[in-house]
Order: sequence, then C-alpha cells, then structure tokens
Amino acid sequence: MTWDLVANVAIAGVLTGLVYGLMALGLSVIFGVVRVVNFAHGEMMTIAMYATVALFAAWRIDPFLAVVPVAAAFFVFGYLLQARLINPFVTRPEHSQFILLLAVAIIITNALMVSFGPDARNVQVDYQLESYAIGPILFDKARLYAAGMALAASAALFAFFRFSLTGKAIRACADNYLGAKVVGLDVKRYYALTFGLGAACVAVAGCMMILLVDVTPILGPAYTLLAFVIVIVGGLGSMGGALLGGVLIGLSEALAGLFIQPSAKSMISFGLLILVLLFRPQGLLGKKA
Amino acid sequence: MALLEVHGVSKSFRGLRAVHEASFDIPEGSINALIGPNGAGKTTIFNMIAGVYAPDGGTIHFQGKAIHGLRPDQVCVAGIGRTFQIVKPFAGLSVLDNVVVGALLRERSARAARRISLDILEKLHLGPKRDLPASSLTLPDRKRLEVARALATRPKLLLLDEAMAGLRPTECDQMIEVFRRLNVAEGLTILLIEHVMRAVMALAQHIGVLRHGEVIARGKPEEIVRDPAVLECYLGEETEV
Amino acid sequence: MRRATAGLALLAALLAVLPAFARGYALSVATLILYFAYTGQAWNVMMGFAGQLSLGHSLYVGVGAYAAGALFFHYGIGPWAGLWVAILLCVALGLLVGFLAFRFGISGVYFALLTIAFAEFTRIGFDHLDWIGGPAGMFLRVAQRDTWDLANFRGPPVMYYYAMLFLTAGAFALCSFLLKSKAGYYWLAIRENEEAAQALGINTFAWKMLAVAVSSAMTAVAGVFFAFYYNNLFPEQIFHISRSIEIILGPIIGGIGTLFGPILGAAVLTLLSDGITELLGALGWELPGIKQVFYGIVLLIVIVFLPHGIWPGLARKLRLDR
Repeated sequence: MTWDLVANVAIAGVLTGLVYGLMALGLSVIFGVVRVVNFAHGEMMTIAMYATVALFAAWRIDPFLAVVPVAAAFFVFGYLLQARLINPFVTRPEHSQFILLLAVAIIITNALMVSFGPDARNVQVDYQLESYAIGPILFDKARLYAAGMALAASAALFAFFRFSLTGKAIRACADNYLGAKVVGLDVKRYYALTFGLGAACVAVAGCMMILLVDVTPILGPAYTLLAFVIVIVGGLGSMGGALLGGVLIGLSEALAGLFIQPSAKSMISFGLLILVLLFRPQGLLGKKA
Repeated sequence: MALLEVHGVSKSFRGLRAVHEASFDIPEGSINALIGPNGAGKTTIFNMIAGVYAPDGGTIHFQGKAIHGLRPDQVCVAGIGRTFQIVKPFAGLSVLDNVVVGALLRERSARAARRISLDILEKLHLGPKRDLPASSLTLPDRKRLEVARALATRPKLLLLDEAMAGLRPTECDQMIEVFRRLNVAEGLTILLIEHVMRAVMALAQHIGVLRHGEVIARGKPEEIVRDPAVLECYLGEETEV
Repeated sequence: MRRATAGLALLAALLAVLPAFARGYALSVATLILYFAYTGQAWNVMMGFAGQLSLGHSLYVGVGAYAAGALFFHYGIGPWAGLWVAILLCVALGLLVGFLAFRFGISGVYFALLTIAFAEFTRIGFDHLDWIGGPAGMFLRVAQRDTWDLANFRGPPVMYYYAMLFLTAGAFALCSFLLKSKAGYYWLAIRENEEAAQALGINTFAWKMLAVAVSSAMTAVAGVFFAFYYNNLFPEQIFHISRSIEIILGPIIGGIGTLFGPILGAAVLTLLSDGITELLGALGWELPGIKQVFYGIVLLIVIVFLPHGIWPGLARKLRLDR
C-alpha cells in the first residue's frame, strides 16, 4: 500500500466528511434549539437525494442548481412539520417524540419506495469523472465542489445565527425558553424556523451527496444513525462540532475501508461513539451541561 | 454530643466561594433555622449535609459518624430526611404511593409501608387525597407531600428547604403546628432553611445567620434579632422593603 | 382490579384453547403476537418501570439467540443448557452497558443512543465473526416436527405457540409481582424523579442496574426461542435497529409502564399490519412499501391522539381499572 493511495483515500474521506457534517449540522441545530432528536433525519436526506435525481432526470438540472429549489422546499417542509406536528410534542416525553419521528421516517422511506422503487438511482454529470491532480494527489472534482458547497452552506448558517436578529432570537429561545417567552418571543414560531433551517441543511447535503453515492429508499436509517454518531462525537448542539465530527467520521470510514474492510467501517464509527459518550458525553466541542 | 456537627466546611463552585469554613451544631431534639440573604450559602450547606455535594474541606458528623462525602441515599439511610425547595413529587404516582416509596426504606413489606404511610398522611392532613395522582395536588399540598415522604423514611433529623415558601399565612401556621407537634411528640430534630421569618421566629430555638458563605451569628431568636451585624445584613434589608 | 382479573382469566382461557381453532398461518400470527407481547414486557421493565429508554434491545435478542444457537450448532448442546448461557451472557452485557451509562451519568436521549451504538457495534462485529457464520448466517438443523420433543425444543408449531404463551404469562406474572414489590415502587420513583428517589434513601444506581438485569435476562429467553423457532440467524436481521423498534412499539402504543400495554400493543400492531396487507391485497394495491406507509400513518395517528397509549383509556372505558 503506497502513501499516495492512503493520502488520496484520506482526502476523499475528509471531503465526504464535510458533506456528512452539513447533514449532521441540521440535526444538531434542531436538537440544540428545539431539544427534539430528529429520528427522521436520514430519511429527509434521502428525499433530498431523490428530489435531485428527479430534477436531473426531468430537466437535466445540475445538482448545484437543484440546491436552490430543493433547499427552499425543504425549508417549507421542515417549518410545517415542526409547526403542525412536532410543536405539540416538545413537552412530551422522549419516547413519544421518538415514535412520532419514527412514524414520519417510516412514511418517508416507504413513500419513496412506492414512488421510485427499490433500485439504486443516481445522477451522471461530466465533472464526476474528472479530477485535479497535485503531484500524485488527486482531488475528485465532484467531491471537491460538494465539500465546498457544504462549507459555504455551513458558513451561511453560522453567519445567520451570529449576526441576524432572527438568528439571535432563536439562540435566545435555545438558551432560555422561559426567558424568551417572557420577553415576548414567539418561541413556537422560532422552533418552526429552526426546523426549517435544519431541513434546508439536509437538503443541501442531499443534493451534494447524490453526486458521490447512489440512493435507495432504505438508505434513510443508516444516514440517521450516521448523523447521530457525528453530532454526538462533535457535540450535540455545537455547530462547529458537527462539521468536525463529520470530517472525523468521513476520514475514519475511508481509512477503515482501506485498512480493515469496507463493511466494517461503521463499526469504527460506533466504537468511537461509545467512547465519546462515556468519556466526553458533551462531545468534542460541546459545552458541559 | 450534638446530633449533627458541622465543622469548618467550605465549598467553591468554579472558584466562586459559596461557603467558607462554616461551623455549627444541632442538638438532638431541637428546632434550628439557618437564615441569611439570597446567595449567602444556605442551600449549599444544606446540600452538603444532604450529600448532594461533597465539601471541599471540613467535616460533617451525624450521631458521631462522618457523613461528608456520602451519597444522598446513604445520608438518608443514616437517618437524615430532606425536602426540596422546588418540590419534586413522583407526579405519576398516587399521593399514597409517593409516601410508600419513602416508607419502604425501613419496611420490608409493601403492606407495612402502606400502613405507616397512611398514618403519616393523616398527620399532614393529606388523608382524603391519598388516591389522587400527585400531579393533581396544589402547591401547599405538594409541600406537605414532600414532608410526608421525608418523614416516611423515619429520619432522626429532618432538613426542610424553604418548606413554607409560597404558602399563605394560614397554611404556613398549619405547617408550623405540624412541625412543632412532630418535634414535641416524636422528638424529631429539625433544621430549616427559611425566608419566611414568621415561621423561623415561631419555630426555631436556635438560629444561625449566614452571610457571604460564613456564619456571622448564632443564638436564640431573641438574641439574633438584636444582633447589630444581623440587623445590618439581613433584617435591615427586609425592613427597607 | 377485580374486573381486570376476571378479564385476564378469560383471555388466558381463550388463548389456551386457541390452537383448537387456529392452525397454520393464524397460529403463527398468534405466536408472533405473543413473542412481541413478551419482549415488550421485558423492555417495559427497563423503560416503563425504571424509565431507562433502551433503543437497542435487539442486542439481547441477538446475543441470546446466537449463544444458544451456536452451542447447539457447534457442540450439540441443547436449548435448556444454552438458555442459561444466553441469560448469563445477556445479563453481563446489560450490566456492562448499564454500568458504563449510569456511572458516567448518561441518561435520556444519550442513553438511548448508547444502547443503539452497542447493538449496532455488535451487529457489525457478528457480521465479521466466522465462527457463527458471519453475514452468511447460521442454520440450525431442523428435525422432525410432528411430536413434542421438549428436551431439544423441537416440535410442531403448536408447541412453540404454547411455549410463547407460557413465557408471556410468566412475564406478566413476574412483572405484576415486581410492580407490587419494593423493586416496583423504587423503579417508578426513579422513573418519575431520580433526585427525589435518591433523597429517600434509594441507591438509584443499584436499582437501575437491577432493572437492566431483569430486562436483559427476559429478552435473552426470547432470543433463545427465536433461534429454535426460526432456525436461521443472520446478524443483519436479528441485531438490526428495526428489530429493537418492533420490540418497543407494542408497549408504547399499548400503554407504557402498564402490565396490559405490551400485550394489547403487540396484538393491535401485529393484527394492524396483517389487516393492512389483506386490505391492500383486496384493493389490488400491491406496490412494495405501500403497506408500511399506511402502518406509519396509523402509528402517527395513535401517538398524536393517544399520548399514553391505548390501554389507560380503554381500561377506564371498560372499568377495568377498579
């Protein structure tokens, strides 16, 4: 095994990891504010992937252009989901929330199965086969662009929470529910906005991910688990942590696939998850509760 | 030998000094109060006795045995019962079952525990409400339930964390009467942390005053109200309102 | 409770004579219902009683099944000896997960994720364990099926039905005993408010560990049953998170923390799933996935409108709670 190969695999892992990170960022933001774990997160990711496939098949819309309509639609979807369905559940026990979102996940997975069938789908664009070379190191164009888009979307979300008035209000709701209510914030509406934003993150991640892998309806649960692992490792509720966790998991998956066996790659992730839960339950970048 | 001996205990949180070398004794069979302005360290001392925090330094002895550093359940087993300032009922259980949970500490069978619990509920005027879910109780009843549950563990020393806060004067008087009777009839030793001076003055035989984590005065109620240091830091503040 | 006892006796009598009327497919559905009622009851000890949300109970089903199955497969050791090995292994595993979680103060969602992680970790591990066949699976020899051979737990479907009925009844009796004992009171107290429970002298760590031990031991027995009922084991199937979810749906839909909830929930969900299949078949809608869409919708409706499950409301209606 040559160092070139290891480096190439590692780079691909990091780049894929950034897309994972964006997906997990959506989960983290939702949990950080609404305090509900979105057990349908990976299933939402597969919807976005299929939406991109459908747009491409119908009108040859490039995934990078599809980002705009898909993210917008997901924002509305997420907003409505939270406003209509999840808001009444924020004060219910965790197992109730779990079943609610599980039901949503089951419906999504199987509605996709009904609509698209069980076969794997993908999109084919020219730049998927091209790469930039720096010496012996290759950067897949599609992967590089996807990672760039993931970073850009993360940065935009970060800026929104840091600088915009609405973003600040949402953070206030997350820090102190009662306090936010007392000063007159419409907490439930901000929850819905947050879920919308989290869904939009997943949408962008899904549009990018379809450039890297094929999609099947049953991919949902695996992505949900992947998103959990990433946010726990990075720190549930920490935005930087989600990206860091994504990169770490992307990298460890890629290297485990190279050095051990591709089928064992998620064992490393779950092992990492167990260690982090035990020794640093707040996650690598999370704040202590 | 006093029932409870607190000697030189200190506790800091992230470098912030909450309690500094506080010492006091609680004689067996007495009713004692710990008072002081907000943030004086009353609750921290209380929680150190109850086993929620281990003190950074100093010792706490109960019946001659060291209890500092024990877990809350071990402190309870040793014979110290407590209530919570923010009441924590087992909301999904009935009023009776709430108390039975406490009584099972010293009783083997659930039946014996029920019998004892019914007695205690009577004493606290909760008898008629025994089958209601605890979640349906009003605040005064919840406060009484806290006390009933703690009493069911048959403590020698009862720690009351603001058991009167939020009660109306008549309800407060009723509680005072309950505690006085427990003290006289059953020899229960009581330590209360209280903001309601009406209750403190009516009940306590000994008062300790805390300020900035230190005990600045100890004595009988009539001595305390005349102590200039106390008047300045605590009662003075009250009269300004 | 008197009406409930009478109802229970009636139900038990009906279930005991059921094989006289139900054969083949119907009997296998009934066995499946009992299987979920039993595993649901086991899970309920941990979550419904002690308040510890496990989303990884497939771990105990899988380890229990593989332990007894592998002993039989490799050494010809029968299920009754294998049962004890399975129970010991699962209790040890459960206590390990519990010890790590409770010592490190992990609770709520984090505990749930930890249990998923352990189940998934084990699933992938077993996939790479050649001794038990890895992903290709392990197949137990299927012997004659007409006579009851209890020593080797081999026999006709009706034997498995009665075994499951016996287990379900036993679990019900055990749980109702536990609920009335000190353990039950202490578990409910911990579920409702751990801090208050500890202040009443309850060693919450030890009692939570006991709940995990009881729950994992009960689930291990289900695993052994699974191995000798289906005779083929695949890590991908038995450890999969959807198996854990199947286990917990029954008690949650039926009524979490109640004794009848797991039984009712298992019956409702299994019959619902079958009913939807029949209905869609009759309508001629047989696209893959469409059944699960309806299943998901019903699940959604139940959880939105019956937050405490079906049983508490039904019990009040039928006056079974008095």
